[in-house]
Amino acid sequence: MNDTVASLHFKFEVNGGDFAKAGDASSRVKKILQQIGADQAIIRRVAIACYEAEMNVVIHARHGFVVLDADLEKIIIVVDDEGPGIEDIELAMTPGYSTAPDSVREMGFGAGMGLPNMKSCSNEMEIHSRRDVGTTIRMVFENA
Amino acid sequence: MEDSFVSKNTDHGVTLRRICEILDGHFVCGEERADQIISNACGCDLMSDVLAFTRPGSVLLTGLTNSQVVRTAEMLDLKGVVFVRDKHPDEHTLQMAKSIHLVVILSPYPLYESCGRLYAAGIPGCLEQSCDERHSGIASF
Ligand SMILES: Nc1ncnc2c1ncn2[C@@H]1O[C@H](COP(=O)(O)OP(=O)(O)O)[C@@H](O)[C@H]1O
Ligand SMILES: [Mg+2]
Repeated sequence: MNDTVASLHFKFEVNGGDFAKAGDASSRVKKILQQIGADQAIIRRVAIACYEAEMNVVIHARHGFVVLDADLEKIIIVVDDEGPGIEDIELAMTPGYSTAPDSVREMGFGAGMGLPNMKSCSNEMEIHSRRDVGTTIRMVFENA
Repeated sequence: MEDSFVSKNTDHGVTLRRICEILDGHFVCGEERADQIISNACGCDLMSDVLAFTRPGSVLLTGLTNSQVVRTAEMLDLKGVVFVRDKHPDEHTLQMAKSIHLVVILSPYPLYESCGRLYAAGIPGCLEQSCDERHSGIASF
């Protein structure tokens, strides 16, 4: 009947240091993808990567947004923040590398596995960052 | 000694109810969903490691009780979480667990003992073949 390609766009705010609400944006993203009937395996990959990226904003940055774009072919997550930025992206990508304080480690994060896992969950990942300005991470997930 | 009220391990995994029995534990929430079958388990306090290595449908055993544990369970589609050493989650965490229909069990044993009891009962880890795969002879990775 109607063969326009369904596409959607959502934007959620994330506040640095707000551990009580940390994960709310990723939870919303996951529910939206379930509602549109996305494949379970892709939802899981998006949810894991989005949650790690959201946690990074909460842990390391001041303020940011999680943006979801989806159509029939792919899902794109952009996580954009104002914060300290990542000085050495290659170093930050090393499994186990973390500058998170002990208080964060006591909550179960800060193991330095977030960025590597985001990369392995997504089909494409790009990081742009400027010191003392912020970080933008774009992840693409292709429908199999 | 066996009686019909004690749930048994099946070839395909064990129920969360059986897991609760093995741990001498009790349900904090989600008992109405305790008959779901689990085929792998994971014991960990590092949520990033859980996010990297845990299979869907597993049960997570952990010594942490903050809301990030429940968020992690939600992202991974875990069926249940066991809080060890009788550590009760706070009200916020509990409400979150209820809202995502998570089965939450409290075990009196520390993490190592709790995991050991489940492992001895035949529940594999997340990098091993699940009970289902062992049963059907499918390779795990
Ligand atoms: N949004 C961000 N803003 C500033 N620094 C970041 C951000 N995300 C990651 N980093 C840096 O990269 C490191 C590695 O990130 P990650 O792999 O997620 O590990 P973790 O968050 O556990 O430290 C962090 O410790 C931090 O130094
Ligand atoms: Mg991180």
